[in-house]
Amino acid sequence: MNRELLERLAEHLNEVTGFIYPNEVEIHWSILVVVYPYITGLVAGAFILASLVQVFNVKEVQPTYRLALLTALAFLIIAPLPLLLHLGHPFRSYEIFLTPQPKSAMAMFGFVYLWYLMAVLLLELWFEYRKDLVVWSNEAIFPMNWIYRTLSFFSTDISERAVAFDHKAIKIITLIGIPSAFLLHGYVGFIFGSVKANPWWSSVLMPLVFLMSAIVSGIALVVFLYMVIAPLRGEGVDMRCLDRITSFLFYAVIVDFTLEGLDFIHRLYQSEESIKILSRLVTDKLFISLWVIQIFLGMLVPLGIMIAVKSLNFNAELRRLFYFTTVILIQLGIFATRWNVVIGGQLFSKSFRGLTTYKMEVVGIEGLIAALGLLIAPFIILAVFLKIFPASETAEAKEALSS
Amino acid sequence: MIDRRKFLKKAIWFIPAAGLFRHFVKEGHAKPATEGYDPANHLYGMGIDIDKCIGCGRCVEACKTENNVPKEPFFTRTWVERYTIKKDGSVEVENIESRKGKVGEKTTEADVLRSFFVPKLCNQCEHPPCVQVCPVNATFSTEDGVVLVDSKRCIGCRYCIQACPYGARYLHPETRTADKCTFCYHRIVKGLLPACVEVCPTQARIFGDLRSMASRLVRFKRTKRIHVLKAHLNTEPKVYYGNLDGEVR
Repeated sequence: MNRELLERLAEHLNEVTGFIYPNEVEIHWSILVVVYPYITGLVAGAFILASLVQVFNVKEVQPTYRLALLTALAFLIIAPLPLLLHLGHPFRSYEIFLTPQPKSAMAMFGFVYLWYLMAVLLLELWFEYRKDLVVWSNEAIFPMNWIYRTLSFFSTDISERAVAFDHKAIKIITLIGIPSAFLLHGYVGFIFGSVKANPWWSSVLMPLVFLMSAIVSGIALVVFLYMVIAPLRGEGVDMRCLDRITSFLFYAVIVDFTLEGLDFIHRLYQSEESIKILSRLVTDKLFISLWVIQIFLGMLVPLGIMIAVKSLNFNAELRRLFYFTTVILIQLGIFATRWNVVIGGQLFSKSFRGLTTYKMEVVGIEGLIAALGLLIAPFIILAVFLKIFPASETAEAKEALSS
Repeated sequence: MIDRRKFLKKAIWFIPAAGLFRHFVKEGHAKPATEGYDPANHLYGMGIDIDKCIGCGRCVEACKTENNVPKEPFFTRTWVERYTIKKDGSVEVENIESRKGKVGEKTTEADVLRSFFVPKLCNQCEHPPCVQVCPVNATFSTEDGVVLVDSKRCIGCRYCIQACPYGARYLHPETRTADKCTFCYHRIVKGLLPACVEVCPTQARIFGDLRSMASRLVRFKRTKRIHVLKAHLNTEPKVYYGNLDGEVR
């Protein structure tokens, strides 16, 4: 038997305070299950930002449109990996597709994921890039010209009528895409919110809280990437774009904060059987990750900064600095949110009589290094995407923007 | 010649069709557990007579031996909790396994209001949350009222472990699949008793068929004040506790 596991569990046993059921000594959903909702949240959020341009016609945000879509794709490709690695039998995962249990929220993941990847993201990206792919396939040298030609599925038509059709298609896909993005992340919230055995998770607000925090983290990520990539490309950061996005970010954070506050007050007011153990959980085990990182650093400080930027007249450079700090703090905060949900929900006993501890492995499949690898991988994929499919605006888009 | 569009359309049907095909192949191979045994005629449950349990832990030992459960205290299909309710209102709960080798306790008899043992196991719920959440149907309810895990299909996602309100499931460290009490299904279909019931020296565990009026369990349910664990969750357990204390969760 796995000696390492036994040693770790024996260590956990020493950390237990009060009484927990014997099978609760092992924390079953580890750091990888924290990474998974974090990544899917980024996907959904980045997509929602992209759809602002298409559906709501927010022209200022145009410079981040392609970047947001590519970011969503890069993260979506990695999204199922943490779940897969966490399984006891990863090679049986195809069973989810072959013998699905329609009543299981988790079984539906595969279908929602495939729908989102194939019917929404890839399709929208294809229509968005089709014209460029045709142009690049004529300009580039071997082998890139062949890659572009294959990716465009050998289409050659870049007549005005064809491009107009592309635009129309993108609009329709985005319209379907927004509810799909909501579904993708709302359902992740549902996976936790529907577990009635666990009072920390069981809440009808959970899908909404997940959704809003997803939008917050996704927008913040695209802002971060835009601020890093634009100077690297030798283009200046478009301040009009940045001001507008962070304004959306500000409102998203407020809605997110309100929902989480509502959830908190509701629990406190109802004061159910679990209230005592949950208050011990948040004041003891989750003090740093909940109060300090998630709420103070991840929400209140960014909100304060954004209010200051909105009300005081800072110059562009100072605004950039503030925005950059804000989006990094927000990422930290949202990661802590996922941690507090996933790990927090397993730190107390369902007997409501005791608490346990989670000690993260460093090496090993479910360890810190694997988690960091999974968090870095999407950035590498994105770098490759940006190399092959430059996200710079086309001349056409620039014209449209200036007109 | 088949064109590309038609081919893709037909290929889409392959996915659910393959699933159905596999399903029927699996069902086709399923054999009755024992010759002459008809699950439709049975509905199993267990009674726990709190007043009779002496906390000897033989049930836990028997279960581990019978069902190849790891000996370590972190993995178990059944366990026994010891409750000590003191005069000042405080409650102490312990798993008797973790009490082994403990000496020098300071509790004096004068402080104790009452003390008792509570054996715990899978409640074989009528509405099992574990079955609901399993993404691949690996955990399922049988016709005779037992919740089982197909270890050949379980993918080890552990959603069922999270969904069980009673902490009755664990991940078997060798098979890497979810595991739990089966009422010793391999024994009961042959007319034998579950291992824990068989070894209990005080008959604190009462196993029986809820469909048979003559069963000891039906008599136990008639004559005792019966409680089930966490009734508010509406899982409708089939493990019935006689004279259960309100402190037990």
